[in-house]
Amino acid sequence: MDGPFATALSLIASGDPGLMQIIGLSLRVTLTAVLIACAVGLPLGAALALARFPGRGAVIVLFNALMGLPPVVAGLVVYLLLSRSGPLGSLALLFTPTAMIIAQTLLILPIVVSLTRSVVEDLWAEYREQLRSLGAGRLRAVPTLLWDGRVSLLTGVLAGFGRASAEVGAVLIVGGNIAGHTRTMTTAITLETSRGNLGLAVALGIILMMLTLTLNAAAWGAGQWARGRLG
Amino acid sequence: MRAARDVSRSVLPLSLEGVGYAVGGKPLLSDITLRIEAGRRLIVMGANGAGKSLFLRLCHGLIDPTTGRRFWAGGEDRAEAQAMVFQRPVLLRRSVAANLNYPLVLKALPRAQRRETVARTLERFGLTPLADRPARLLSGGEQQRLALARAWAMRPEVLFLDEPSSALDPSATRIIEEMVEQFSAEGITIVMTTHNLGQARRLAEEVAVLHRGRLIEHRSAAEFFAGPCAPEARAFLAGDLVW
Amino acid sequence: MTHARRLLMSATTGVALLAALPASAQDFITVASTTSTENSGLFGHILPIFLAETGIEVRVVSQGTGQALETGRRGDADVVFVHARAQEEQFVADGYGVQRFDVMYNDFVIVGPGNDPADLRAAGSAAEAMAAIAGAGASFASRGDDSGTHVAEKALWAAAGIEPAGGWYLSTGSGMGATLNTAAQVPAYALTDRGTWLSFANRGPLEIVFEGDPVLFNPYGIILVNPERHPHVKAEQGRTFIDWIISDEGQAAIASFAVGGEQLFFPSAE
Repeated sequence: MDGPFATALSLIASGDPGLMQIIGLSLRVTLTAVLIACAVGLPLGAALALARFPGRGAVIVLFNALMGLPPVVAGLVVYLLLSRSGPLGSLALLFTPTAMIIAQTLLILPIVVSLTRSVVEDLWAEYREQLRSLGAGRLRAVPTLLWDGRVSLLTGVLAGFGRASAEVGAVLIVGGNIAGHTRTMTTAITLETSRGNLGLAVALGIILMMLTLTLNAAAWGAGQWARGRLG
Repeated sequence: MRAARDVSRSVLPLSLEGVGYAVGGKPLLSDITLRIEAGRRLIVMGANGAGKSLFLRLCHGLIDPTTGRRFWAGGEDRAEAQAMVFQRPVLLRRSVAANLNYPLVLKALPRAQRRETVARTLERFGLTPLADRPARLLSGGEQQRLALARAWAMRPEVLFLDEPSSALDPSATRIIEEMVEQFSAEGITIVMTTHNLGQARRLAEEVAVLHRGRLIEHRSAAEFFAGPCAPEARAFLAGDLVW
Repeated sequence: MTHARRLLMSATTGVALLAALPASAQDFITVASTTSTENSGLFGHILPIFLAETGIEVRVVSQGTGQALETGRRGDADVVFVHARAQEEQFVADGYGVQRFDVMYNDFVIVGPGNDPADLRAAGSAAEAMAAIAGAGASFASRGDDSGTHVAEKALWAAAGIEPAGGWYLSTGSGMGATLNTAAQVPAYALTDRGTWLSFANRGPLEIVFEGDPVLFNPYGIILVNPERHPHVKAEQGRTFIDWIISDEGQAAIASFAVGGEQLFFPSAE
């Protein structure tokens, strides 16, 4: 019986269509969730860093705490919302990849918001007077600060990606682990484990880690290239 | 060379009347009254903690007086056509050219004009070979030169400088001073703080001295260096410690 | 590239990714079933046959029995297909399901370490076997999750007049596979459906030590979720599936499913 590494490599080499479908779905769900979380979370985190309002401290603490939201709880909340018996049931989104994207976005968003808030707050302290002198008020400063903090923010985005690609609780509940439709790497690993196919489960885990490693290496490379060009 | 400004629409003179600035009830500046006229080079001096930086920020509009009035030529509380350079240059994490471009984008200048202005500014201050270099990788002197060039590119009427060369070596300091002199020759009003007496002698046309948040001297440079009135100012000139 | 352009590119990519998700244009129904049925591989065998015949895709959401019935109650599935007769009948009685049909049965077996410390191989009935385990204080891994298997297990203890408690009784609160993993580790006895057992690869020291008592038979029922309760339910296609699975063809498909040459499920539709 092959060891898990050999199994992993032969699975990839064979281009097994079932496996490719599962990998494709996992990437699609998580990357889409990352994209949405960034589109919402980067400006939100920056706004939180720059704005002053009563209760700001509580909001910051809340987002920090939500970084630790258990995936299965996030999944449960989305499930109750999207269930036919729930408020958004008429959208018929339960047990679809879209529901999985929603749940994962909820998991990634607090990470992006909190880390962005932290980075932008530090940058604002450094840049505030000069930016105001140059003619940029708080609102105008947001895109400037986000771009300036891009290296640190990228780390936050990668952390968000890591959290989403690693979780199984949320996608299992809202996706239903339907073969060929909502089965991802992590839910497939859960399934094979429950079947006792531990070797295959480990092999799938290795493949998942190889994907994550490749993605992080690509991000690092892109960062280095950008640093060389722009400093 | 810039075209002469239409003086009737200048934002100067800047007037402070009985201006004070207090934080948490504690007055950091008190009872400051002076006028900054157009085209002059005003050097502001004082011991550490005297309030020079606060004074500069208050004039520029980064902070507002808690007592008294600040107003520009037209009576308004704030004005555009100003720029400020800080002790440590604050540059964005992008190229030299991009840093020059940034304030022009804020002013919503059209792209062609921005490109032309950036090129002209790079040329004027010998920064063209550094145009694509990441600004943060420049030496301290080069960064401050860039900060001044950026301020110049904004076509300010008045330029505030907060100890711009105190962190630099003598040759870089000289470059900065030359730039200030050139700006002044073009008609830009200069308001600069320094604790370097030699620099003050070299650059000042007018001198103001702050001591514990109060304005204790404001005279022409010639009169001041001949013999200041206030005893604290005299002690300061003599190099004695003045708290 | 300016920031604005970059932002727009990102937004467009996002929308495109979302749009690329397959539109659910084709016919499909959602069936709530159990993990043990899914794990056995039955669906992988019979559903393609149904698809080829009717063009209807069956999407199986496999959960614990309790969760599957809850899914049906909430209207998140069109059909419920589980093996917990009493709960199924309650489901219909409460108005959540239209009618229960017998489909098939498999059986439970008791597995345990090869050295069989409680000597189950000598037991004459399931009740005797359970009593032997309790009497010897031999480790027993229970699912403890109110699944069909767990309900059956509790019934066996009750029939033997035993209240299982003590350090030897391990309530894992998890699925069949996870429970068997635990049993293989400890090692412990466990009650499992034959289907899961036959396809379970991580047996370790475990073997079947007791089987065959009729009380261990595990009947499956299929129910259409009540469209009067949940109007959006795909009643017509759901009925097509149910009609097929209790028809001769469906029953034959079930009977033809084998693991390692052994038939797992035995058709029982009227």
